[in-house]
Amino acid sequence: MPILELRGLTRKFAALVAVNGLCLSIQRGEMFGLLGPNGAGKSTTIKMLTTLLPPTAGTALVDGFDIVHKAGAVRRIIGYVPQMLSADGTLTGRENLLVFARLYDLPRGERRERVEAALGFMGLAEAADKQVRQYSGGMIRRLEIAQSMLHRPRVLFLDEPTVGLDPAARRAVWDHIEELRSRTGATIILTTHQMEEADSLCDRIAIMHTGNLVTEGTPGELKASLGGRGTTLDDVFIHFTGSNLETGGTYRETRRTRRSVRRLG
Amino acid sequence: MKQGGHAGQFAVSAEQALDGTDPLSFLVRYVGRTLTIAGMEARKLLHDPTELLTRAVQPALWLLVFGQVFTRIRAIPTGSMRYIDFMAPGILSQSVLFIAIFYGISVIWERDLGILHKFLVSPTPRSALVVGKAISAGLRGLAQAIIVYLLAVLLGVGMDWRPLPLLGVLLAVMLGAGFFSTFSLVIACLVKTRERFMGIGQILTMPLFFASNAIYPISIMPRWLQVISHANPLTYQVDALRFLMLSGGTTSYGLGMDFGVLLVATTLVVALGSRLYPTLAT
Repeated sequence: MPILELRGLTRKFAALVAVNGLCLSIQRGEMFGLLGPNGAGKSTTIKMLTTLLPPTAGTALVDGFDIVHKAGAVRRIIGYVPQMLSADGTLTGRENLLVFARLYDLPRGERRERVEAALGFMGLAEAADKQVRQYSGGMIRRLEIAQSMLHRPRVLFLDEPTVGLDPAARRAVWDHIEELRSRTGATIILTTHQMEEADSLCDRIAIMHTGNLVTEGTPGELKASLGGRGTTLDDVFIHFTGSNLETGGTYRETRRTRRSVRRLG
Repeated sequence: MKQGGHAGQFAVSAEQALDGTDPLSFLVRYVGRTLTIAGMEARKLLHDPTELLTRAVQPALWLLVFGQVFTRIRAIPTGSMRYIDFMAPGILSQSVLFIAIFYGISVIWERDLGILHKFLVSPTPRSALVVGKAISAGLRGLAQAIIVYLLAVLLGVGMDWRPLPLLGVLLAVMLGAGFFSTFSLVIACLVKTRERFMGIGQILTMPLFFASNAIYPISIMPRWLQVISHANPLTYQVDALRFLMLSGGTTSYGLGMDFGVLLVATTLVVALGSRLYPTLAT
């Protein structure tokens, strides 16, 4: 049984069809990349899968639980790192983790232990008692990923996990994601703009464009489908979306991204 | 399959997570989560207590300047009660109101970042998130109460220091703060942006304050304003505080009515807020 199954998942906002009848199966333990230009419907898809946004039509099953009718059960088995800044800057790293340890009902005796382990794993043990507002962008991201993994979710959703990070911090976040997967065996679904990221991390990739799924496969398959030597995922992306990588997004999105980049950086 | 062992481990933790559906353990967890949210907000406050001090300025100005002057000129008929005594519970209510009514700003702030989304993705009941925030507004309100008590003592207001009335003050402040902060959250859920919220917040504060018995009795108001004042929960908070805070305090409506109105109003906005809160994430 696939761990994640999208069955005609659709979301409309007034006249706009943000996500159009998405059908996908993702296998247990996969690292799956959801790619597409701004406005392709990636974030809307993630919001539906994480129960934040009800679908207009269709549904999806997360490890057999329906995201509409069994939202409570779905919430217990997923982890989510939003694209935006989601750690609280006025709390310390440890406090940020403890709050979520409690909200996910981790047994009282295990909380401290798991929080310490998560801090150690993400390389944040020394900074644990500093307020998060003093963290670097890469540290904040690692803390957020630690937060989302405390309850050992079966499926982890990462929305643009490396947006706004410098290359070194990005590399560190990638390494941690890889390590996390090999240690826990969790299924990881990430959205990204960066083809290099998708190529090096993901087992399989789906490309979305204007709400539709335009292609899916392993990075190798996608590159081979275009033929030619030295084809990169950039080429695949441009071929299927017809757009270059710099579409920009709306004023509101740009403002948001820039702001979170500034805060993270 | 290489992840076999891990998959088993996950299955156990998920089953643990899904049990405990009987009402009692649900209630225990519900209260636990509510307190987790409230405790988190309290910690934020402790990390940066300067906010509490700056918040003390406004009630101090009202009591020291406005209160002292109006006590001298005896412009407002407050019966046998000195004006400064009459006013002290009103100013406590006002300072609680002014803090609570802008609570929605932090809700919108958490939405503009991704903090809100992360809470909504957790299995925490929506109402526990809303009630947790209401309680944390209540804690800020209590900090205001301490400041107003200090000022009132300085000004020679006759305070009631018996434990039971003090407990009543605590409850009235928590309820008032809980009502107005959740009311503010409801507005935040409706308008969704900071700019619009600031506009509406400013439009609301002054009418809520002036259309109440906070700094003058309702009996001297024109008829239409009396009607509005009677529909304003602030009036009932002030009425309860005027009885509980002062030695020889009086109440116009009775404590039962005061707390009844506050409780019902708070329950209503919490119910509404719990329904609207998730729509903020969309």
